[in-house]
This record gives sequence, structure tokens and C-alpha cells, in this order.
Amino acid sequence: MTKTLEFKKTGNLIDEVNSSPPTGFQVLVREFKKDKLAMFSLFALVLGILGIYIAAMFIDQEALMKVSLRDKFGEPGEKFFLGADQGGRSIIGQLIIGARNSITIALSVTIITGVIGVAVGLITGYFGGWIDNIFMRIIDFFITIPTLMIIIVFVTIIPKYTIASFVLIMSAFLWVGTARLVRSKSLTESRRDYVNASKTLGTRDATIIFKEIMPNLSSILIVELTLSFAGNVGLETGLSYLGFGLPQSVPSLGTLVSYANNPLILEDKWWVWLPASLLILVLMLAINYVGQAIRRSADARQRQG
Amino acid sequence: MWKTILRRVLAMIPQLFVLSLLIFIMAKFMPGDPFTGLITPETDANRLEEMREAAGFYDPWHVQYYNWIVNAAQGDFGKSYTYKVPVSDLIGDRAKNTLWLSLLSVILLYSFAIPLGVLAGRYQDTFLDKSIVLYTFVTYAIPTFVLGLLLLFFFGYQLNWFPTSGTVDIKHDEGTLGYFWNKIYHMILPAITYAILGTTGVVQYLRSEIIDAKSMDYVRTARSKGIPVRKVYSRHIFRNSLLPIAAFFGFTITGLLTGSIFIESIFGYPGMGQLFIQSISSRDYSVITALVMLFGFLTLLGSLLSDIIMSIVDPRIRIE
Repeated sequence: MTKTLEFKKTGNLIDEVNSSPPTGFQVLVREFKKDKLAMFSLFALVLGILGIYIAAMFIDQEALMKVSLRDKFGEPGEKFFLGADQGGRSIIGQLIIGARNSITIALSVTIITGVIGVAVGLITGYFGGWIDNIFMRIIDFFITIPTLMIIIVFVTIIPKYTIASFVLIMSAFLWVGTARLVRSKSLTESRRDYVNASKTLGTRDATIIFKEIMPNLSSILIVELTLSFAGNVGLETGLSYLGFGLPQSVPSLGTLVSYANNPLILEDKWWVWLPASLLILVLMLAINYVGQAIRRSADARQRQG
Repeated sequence: MWKTILRRVLAMIPQLFVLSLLIFIMAKFMPGDPFTGLITPETDANRLEEMREAAGFYDPWHVQYYNWIVNAAQGDFGKSYTYKVPVSDLIGDRAKNTLWLSLLSVILLYSFAIPLGVLAGRYQDTFLDKSIVLYTFVTYAIPTFVLGLLLLFFFGYQLNWFPTSGTVDIKHDEGTLGYFWNKIYHMILPAITYAILGTTGVVQYLRSEIIDAKSMDYVRTARSKGIPVRKVYSRHIFRNSLLPIAAFFGFTITGLLTGSIFIESIFGYPGMGQLFIQSISSRDYSVITALVMLFGFLTLLGSLLSDIIMSIVDPRIRIE
């Protein structure tokens, strides 16, 4: 078995080695109270996402995406709050629908990969042995493949391409990171005394895994899911930017940014692509801030409060 | 040591094999066939069938796979259907560009990251440290294409400091010094984008390394012997903290590869990443399969390199 360096862009190595005891909800609240920026991010995120979903309900997508050449590149002003694109379609409307689509897709992918990754990680970490060996080989393989490229190729060869298939393609390649992290945590957790005690009492394996070990990893799981949510927002918008994400007719933040590939739009029609770029940036920052605060409350040594 | 390296290299073989199989199956599922691009209204349907026959289009899949993999192992990935040249020549050309860009990026990356990391660690919890940590935070959160576009917009279009696409202006002759500098000039903006994105990990790692090192016995010994702070940092702490940074080199390679797809598209830089996107749009399958295979191989090589450097530098992480 190889012991490779587990490196997460945000954390340092020490996080990885140290498994922390479970922490309560109070620690989390304390951590957020201490970190004003994280608190602000959390509120902004919750309000922003709610606002986007509610506003999106009032927007008729078909009317929004109707081309009206007379309004081509309408400047921000009275008619369009944020101007219009080359099809004369309102940018602000596309931003709202696009943000809703991006968030929904990122959430779906996070939930699917979370369920698979946590289940695989817990089971391989708990049982060890040949089950672990097989899954480790599979995970090793996934790590070696150029994920982004393969997703792009898959997207182009799928004949009937919908939002659902896009979510499934992304999920198929993204559960691995979570599985690897959860495996390493549950590997150490499974060797603890309370697990052994529970085993001698004759508790079923499934009960031990999901009722005893999983709650003890919950704080790490929340951190992992938050950060992978941020990553998924980035990946979805990135793929849509390249033109391999959502179908063209569906507004997406990445598609709006991709209009900037036209130098004329990039240079002179900033209202087409800049708001979407900034929205992606703000969204990513906010999610990451929240994730960091949760991470600190999960790791006693990093706590501020 | 050599044993472990050999074992890792051998472990790469099955991984590459499975990857090649996956790519081959994907290529089979791609709509159309190699000759779709050749079809014009005058094309004779029978002639096309003959060409398909001759190219082994109707052979059983395992025969096709065998032929493909044997040729691929010898560096022959067939011919590009868009460019009508051997794939290996095409990729070789683009790879040169990507390699130059990567080299400049890596140089810039480390010349940003090392001072930042050292300063943040040395002046822990000061305003400087907090600003640097904030910087790493923003660069962690910002997606490649957003940063690339923002930089291109401000420095390329608004300030006109840098060229906005291409590798070199036509007016320069190849081989001259002007040509060389012009080439570098074209690479600066994309390389800075790469470097900014890559600094995050190195800065954070170096910072925590240095903070840890401060309380180590060897540092206290050096301090109590009366060695000036400056020297303690340059001679002792820095040298010890720098070694593990080398291990990130492998991750950097992987990051560069993934980033190249975005950055080369944004900056119109004709490297392998841009070639990949172009080949996907023009359904140039032989190029696509070759590139995915190559990137997979390089990813493997990167993680192997990291593991080797890590096990040299830190005996605790040595492979069991």
C-alpha cells in the first residue's frame, strides 16, 4: 500500500494526520460568532441563494431566452437593468436563472458524490482487507485519469444530452476525493476502543458504521461537502464556459462568461460577462469562508473561539 | 529506494492499460468515424467503404485495440483528420509551446510563493501575514477562467500592457533575440495567471512549515548560540522548510495540465490544452485519444515524482 501525501489546497498537512473528537453545534456557533467574515458569508449565502430561487420563480425562461435583435447589446439602463447580450436577452434575468441552475447542479452533484463517497469510504475503511484493496485500486485509477478531459469527452459522446446526464457524468468522476478522505478517517476511527467494544457486544456492522462511526466523522463530512460544493460550482461553470456544460439553450453563469471569448464583447461589452464572473467569484469566496469556519470548529487546534 | 521507485513504475503499467482501454471504448462511442471529415458531395460512397475497410474499421474490437495500442506505444497515434499530419507531429509542436509556458509559470510561481510563504510564517499574525493569508484565500476560491479573463480584460485590453493572444508577432524572425523576447512577452499574462493560482498551496504549506520550525530545538539552539535572526532564517529554517516544497512539483504538473485547457483557450495560446478543445469541436478523434492518453501519463508521472521526492526528503512518508 502506498502512503501518498494527502494534500488539500486549503488545509495543511497537519489536518490530515490529526483526527479530532466530535464537536457539538455550540462550537460551530461560537466559531461563527468569532469570525465576522464567515458569519457574514453565511448570511449572504443563505439570503442570496433564497433570493435567487425566489426571483427565478417569477422569471419566464422561454420569454427570457427569446432573441430580440433590436435590443442587441442593450446597455445597462432603463430597459435592462444590466444590459442585454448579442441576442438582446436581459443579462440580469440570465444571471438569476443561471445562478439557480449552477447552484442546483452543484448541489445535486455534491449530494450524489457525497452519498457514494461517504458510503464507499466508511465501508472500505471499516472492513479493510480485500474490500479496501479493491476500492483502493479503483480509487488509484480514478486519480490517474485526467478527469476534466474525460468529462468533456463524455459530454460530447452522450447522444441525448440533458441536465440530468450532465449531473451524472460529473458525479461519476467526482466521488473519489470524498471516498479517499472518508476512508482514511474511518480507518483510524474503526480501530478505536468503542468500536471494538461494540463489536464484542455483537452489534451489526451496518449499525456500527452508520450509527456509531459516521456521527463521529460528521464534522469532517460537513467540511468536505461544503468544500466539494464550492469545487462543483467552479467545475460546472468552468465546463459551461468551455461550452461543454449545460446545453446552449439553458442559461448558466459559465455560458454568460463564455461570451467573453469574443474579444469585442470582452473589451467593450463588459456588462455581458463581468457580472457573471464576479458572481461566481463571490459565490466561491462565500462558500469557502463558511467551509473554513466549519473546518476550524471541527479541528480543536485551529479554533478561534 | 530504487526498489520502491521500480515498484511504483511497474504499478503505472496496469493503470495506463486500464486508461487506454477506457479511452479506446470512448473513442468507439464517438459519433461518426475517421472519414466523416473527408466526406464532400463528390465523395464516392464505395470508395469511402473501401477506405474504412482498409483502415480496419470493420475489424473485431480487440484487433482494433491491439493495433491501436501497439502503434501508440511506438508513438504513432495515426493522422489528424483536420490538419492531415501525423498526430505525434502535431502534438509535438503544441507541446513545445505548452512546455515553454509551463516553465515560465513555474519560475514565476516559485518566485511569488517562496517570499510570500516565508514572510507570512516569519511575521505570523501581523498585518502582513493576514494579508498574505487573505491573498491565498482569494486565489483558492477563484476559478481559473474567471481569473484569466479578469487579467486579460484589465492588463490586455484596458491597460494595453500585454498582447491578448498568440505566441509571437509576425514581424520577428525566428532565431533572433527579438523573437525570443517577444515570445516571452506573449507568455507573461497566461503564465502569471497560472502562477497566481499555483501559489496558494505552496504559500500555505511553507507558512505552516516555518511556524512549526520556529519552535524546533535546532532553531532554539541556533538562536541561543547568538546567531542573528536573519541567518537563522536563511540558513536553518528556510533550508529545512524548502525541501518539502519540492514535493509539490508533481502536483504543480497536474495543475498546469488541467489549467492549460482553460488558460490556453482564454489567451489564444496554441498549446496542448487549446489543441484538445479544438479537436473536440472538430471531432478529431485520433488527436483527442492521443491527448487524453498523454495527459493521463503525465498525471501519473507527476504523482510518482511527488512520491519519490517526498520519500527522499521525509523518511517518515517512505513507502512501506
